[in-house]
Amino acid sequence: MSRVVNASYQADATDWAIEAKGLVKIFGKHRAVDGVDLTVRKGTVYGFLGPNGAGKTTTIRVLATLLKPDGGSAEIFGHDLSKEGDEIRSRISLTGQYASIDEDLTGMENLVMMGRLMGYGRAAAKVRAAELLKAFGLQDAAKRQVKNYSGGMRRRIDIAASIVVTPELLFLDEPTAGLDPRSRNQVWDIIRALVGSGTTVLLTTQYLEEADQLADRIAVINQGKIIAEGTSSELKASVGTGTLSLQLVKAEERSRAAEILEDKLSVAVHLMPDSTSLTAQINDSFLVAEALSELAKNQIAVSDFSFGRPSLDEVFLTLTGHAASQEPQPEEGGS
Amino acid sequence: MTGYIEQREKEATELRLNESIASSERPKPPSAVASTLTFATRALLRIKHVPEQMFDVTVFPVIFLLMFTYLFGGAIAGSTEEYLQFLLPGILVMTVAQITMYTGIDLNNDIRKGIFDRFRTLPIWLPSALIGSLLVDVVRYSMASVIMITLGFALGFRPEGGLMGVLGAIVLILVFSFSLSWIWTVCGLIVRSEKALMMISFMVLFPLTFVSNVFVDPRTLPSWLESFVDVNPISILATAVRGAMHGTLTAQQVIWVLIVSVIMTAIFAPITVYLYRNKK
Repeated sequence: MSRVVNASYQADATDWAIEAKGLVKIFGKHRAVDGVDLTVRKGTVYGFLGPNGAGKTTTIRVLATLLKPDGGSAEIFGHDLSKEGDEIRSRISLTGQYASIDEDLTGMENLVMMGRLMGYGRAAAKVRAAELLKAFGLQDAAKRQVKNYSGGMRRRIDIAASIVVTPELLFLDEPTAGLDPRSRNQVWDIIRALVGSGTTVLLTTQYLEEADQLADRIAVINQGKIIAEGTSSELKASVGTGTLSLQLVKAEERSRAAEILEDKLSVAVHLMPDSTSLTAQINDSFLVAEALSELAKNQIAVSDFSFGRPSLDEVFLTLTGHAASQEPQPEEGGS
Repeated sequence: MTGYIEQREKEATELRLNESIASSERPKPPSAVASTLTFATRALLRIKHVPEQMFDVTVFPVIFLLMFTYLFGGAIAGSTEEYLQFLLPGILVMTVAQITMYTGIDLNNDIRKGIFDRFRTLPIWLPSALIGSLLVDVVRYSMASVIMITLGFALGFRPEGGLMGVLGAIVLILVFSFSLSWIWTVCGLIVRSEKALMMISFMVLFPLTFVSNVFVDPRTLPSWLESFVDVNPISILATAVRGAMHGTLTAQQVIWVLIVSVIMTAIFAPITVYLYRNKK
């Protein structure tokens, strides 16, 4: 596995929304964020991908001025995180993991409150709130208390509250966690529309598909460190250009199937977490046909197969699964 | 497959979305007064939507007053009516002091629910979030006071200090309670759960309100206890409130209440603001 380094990704300092170097945040003995370097270009979506407890939320909270870092430095639109908190706060907005909305108030009241707190006058705040409710398809629920909203509606009102004044940089912490597919698509549309209007978005997610769909660049985080960074294609390419995924009918035949593929085709075979699946790194489509016919010759029945670039899931498993046994990489070593 | 109508719907939504996002202007951050009033409005709206939370300022005072008047009246003062003249100012102090702890609980809920984080990323004068809700709490305390005094009047309470004396007493209580609330905001920011917070508040308030001159004349107590009761801030306030209601208020009594209030605010308000800003 090779770490993605993109030499062509260079830009003027004024192009950066976020520039962080060696960020560290320690809780007791736990290094929640352990030397994170990060550059996010203005007007793009940047995805933090990682399992629970990887340090995604903590990193966001540090960058949103909610937590003081214990080490390293960061600039948001050129403003120093440790010195120019007010400058930064007037440009950013945060939508936390849990709906950061007053659940006892109605949707309208929440948005009017946010408008007033952003500096709108009473009348202007009401106009803006009504406009947002309409745009987010919540006008019918405007007069209902947020605690009676569905998960998807809650998420939308939460994001609406974050963009009462469109921020230059929006932090979204797991924006679609727990949503049904339709609500998820609505949230994705909102995020795309925001980026279309020039907002930079930094989002965290556990869903690889979400990062794949939305993010221009992705950082894979594990145990407080960025273990890989790049575009979705770059990350996939770093794992291998082609992957053959096979699902066998019988679990007990899998080890024999793996042997056959390794012997006859001399390719690396990975056993997947379920008992019947395996994947192999294959760059050549002729080899795929050969692999299938080898299995057929040996009477091993295949119930499903696919060939293509690896999914981010596979990238993720490969990266995190091998991270512990890898030698520390110079770019991410503790700084 | 996406149906035709759904597709059209989606396009319309996108259009509205783009317009709403693009049309957003960037107003100047609000003044401290404007943001404080906004937070006060929020607290008032919460009362409108969750009227149950007014139990503490409506039902508590009624129960407390009836209970203690008829329970202790005969035993302590010989008659309930006579005891009421002594008891009402004190029990008013006790009730309002106990209600102050809900300030901390509300703040604690905000933190656990995440809205606290949103407020902290706003370009506002941060203490306005606290002061706004404390102002509404002052309204709640006034309400509890009015209910209790009205009921007391119906039961035979006759303040010799007249209306001005009663109003003066309420002002003293409000000043003191506003200051006392800062202790609970500090606790609300430190303690993790609502339950633990309730327990701490009770552990502080219960002895403080009972071991005071609210129920009995401290001269009947053993001397070591009497000296504690004399310096107990609740006693200091109860003495002044009694004085105001019965027309025997001295400047010294008022000054003591103000000193205690200033000390509590001077210590706990800055700690609250510091914790609010730097909460992990």
